[in-house]
Amino acid sequence: MKRFLLALLTVAVLAIGLVLWLGLREDDSHPSTTPDVASAELVARGAYLARAGNCIGCHTARGGQPYAGGRAIQTPFGAIYASNITPDRETGIGAWSADDFWRALHNGKSRDGSLLYPAFPFPNYSRVTRADSDAIYAYLQSVPAVRQINRAPELDFPFNQRWLLVGWRALYFRPEVYQPQPAQSAEWNRGAYLVQGLGHCSACHTARNVFGAQRQELSGGIIPMVNWYATSLTGEHGAREWPLEDLIAFMGTGVSMQGSASGPMAEVVRDSLQHLQDDDLHAIAVYLKSLPPDEVTPSAEQPLPGPEHKAFLQRGARVYEKHCVDCHGADGRGEPPHFPPLAGNRSVLVPVPVNPIRLLVHGGYPPSTEGNPYPFGMPPFGNLLTDEEAAAVLSYIRNAWGNRASVVASPQINRLRPVMID
Amino acid sequence: MRFIPRLTPPKRLPSIWPLLIVLSIAPATASARIEAMEKRVAPCMACHGEQGRAAPDGYYPRIAGKPQGYLYNQLVNFRDGRRQQYPLMIYMVQHLSDDYLMEMARFFAEQDLPYPPPQPVPANAGVMERGRQLAVQGDAARRIPACVACHGAKLTGVAPSVPGVLGLPRDYLVAQFGAWRIGTRRAHAPDCMGQVAREMSAEDINAVSTWLAAQPLPAEPKAEGSFPAPLPLACGSVGQGGQPR
Repeated sequence: MKRFLLALLTVAVLAIGLVLWLGLREDDSHPSTTPDVASAELVARGAYLARAGNCIGCHTARGGQPYAGGRAIQTPFGAIYASNITPDRETGIGAWSADDFWRALHNGKSRDGSLLYPAFPFPNYSRVTRADSDAIYAYLQSVPAVRQINRAPELDFPFNQRWLLVGWRALYFRPEVYQPQPAQSAEWNRGAYLVQGLGHCSACHTARNVFGAQRQELSGGIIPMVNWYATSLTGEHGAREWPLEDLIAFMGTGVSMQGSASGPMAEVVRDSLQHLQDDDLHAIAVYLKSLPPDEVTPSAEQPLPGPEHKAFLQRGARVYEKHCVDCHGADGRGEPPHFPPLAGNRSVLVPVPVNPIRLLVHGGYPPSTEGNPYPFGMPPFGNLLTDEEAAAVLSYIRNAWGNRASVVASPQINRLRPVMID
Repeated sequence: MRFIPRLTPPKRLPSIWPLLIVLSIAPATASARIEAMEKRVAPCMACHGEQGRAAPDGYYPRIAGKPQGYLYNQLVNFRDGRRQQYPLMIYMVQHLSDDYLMEMARFFAEQDLPYPPPQPVPANAGVMERGRQLAVQGDAARRIPACVACHGAKLTGVAPSVPGVLGLPRDYLVAQFGAWRIGTRRAHAPDCMGQVAREMSAEDINAVSTWLAAQPLPAEPKAEGSFPAPLPLACGSVGQGGQPR
């Protein structure tokens, strides 16, 4: 008995030790090779890379100072406020060294060693090279310092217990710089590096499990709390089916022959993608198009229409004829790039129809970009249509011109009527 | 394929520029500056009515003919978080540039539409008289300047940044005062209108909103070109609306 207890104790200690090791391990095999962290050339390169990483997107509040933090990142576990990454010594990262910055980016730990919540996409940023990390560090140290005290996370118990991240990290995180695949072209590798690393595309485009860890790579899913469906980049109507030049136009200008950027993606184009060089956008597009197709298609929330929906769809067709046909055409082909096609449009056909509902009810504009400074917009039809009419027209659109997707029910419209601004 | 046609005049003038300058002496209207501007602002009209004439329900305010700088300031204030009253407005403009918002403001500022007669407002004579006093004379003892001191002698506004306050429903006006008081409507600092609203009592707000909503527009309803006298308060929004920052 005594020996059994001893053995049990040994196993328990070893198990705890393993979790601690897995959860706390750091990869310190990448010392800095940057000679001068303040050279103008390095700062310029860092500015570009910071765009690619869209640091400004989370680290700037609406109307706030750039990089001073304060924007709430809403998660199913509570709100986490992005931190001040300006070079203010007291409230920002002015006192941080390039090594401290690397530790956060690559190992997911703050300067004092505390574990960072993965709302900061360090599982992606871990793939960034040390040289690029140093460049971003140099750039951030060059932006105007803003004194703005960080706001503590507002998380529910037990998620407010930071030490529990040890377990999360043990299960889901391993610090690792992107390893180029020799069988692939340099361009493909550049695309993979940007998509997996700084671009952190999977932060939205990969569904998460109940612990907030990412599942099947880039196959799409609801963005929790934000309540937009990040489309599958690998599934039907996904990136692999788009012509290369349309993917590049979409990322670079916000509009394309296939569809326009809306919701959170409009913000990503505005703050990040439109600023990337054409060769980088090309590389991203090449990589995305090479991804293997989805093995499983996410199940739809509602059934596909049957004969019992015939009158409902006919009603939708009448609403379409009255309100939609001028811009999107009787054939659903629109007048792209300014009025996107609805036939085969992946944002229209998402399995959980939050995007088409919100686009119909709230409307919206793609971003102003250098390539498309004065975008056309979608009027908000929320005031003009009843829940029933909106559900009917969306069900019609999702099943006309070769489209095939679930019917939309009026309670789904009603739930999404309030405008959510984060 | 990176560039979508801009639909704006080329920035660099070709060698036939003397001819172009002669040809461009005819003043360009907003719709000529950017092709299909009316269709580009169609989303605005879904709520604010055709040409921005206001919605029939009386709440979405008229934007047609308001001074360009004022409209521009409001669009920027929505985008940048100073105005938090209408999430849909934030949502609509959040990804748009200063330049585009200025063009949208220009489009609606140039809409020249007749005003409908004011809607009948039930109010007793005492309330109307108090409202008239506040609008025309203010209340010096309570540090409330007269509306006319900033919004023009005819209350039709002063271009480019100060809006007219006639032709708006009472409920809309009351709601704006409330928003200034609780800070969900703000302007560039110093926020003069917020300061005034906080000095006013609920009775004052009711009185002045009721009186303003009951006034017909004068024969010439356009905003005036300049202030008759120095402003009684410092206003951050005045002068902000001239150019995109």
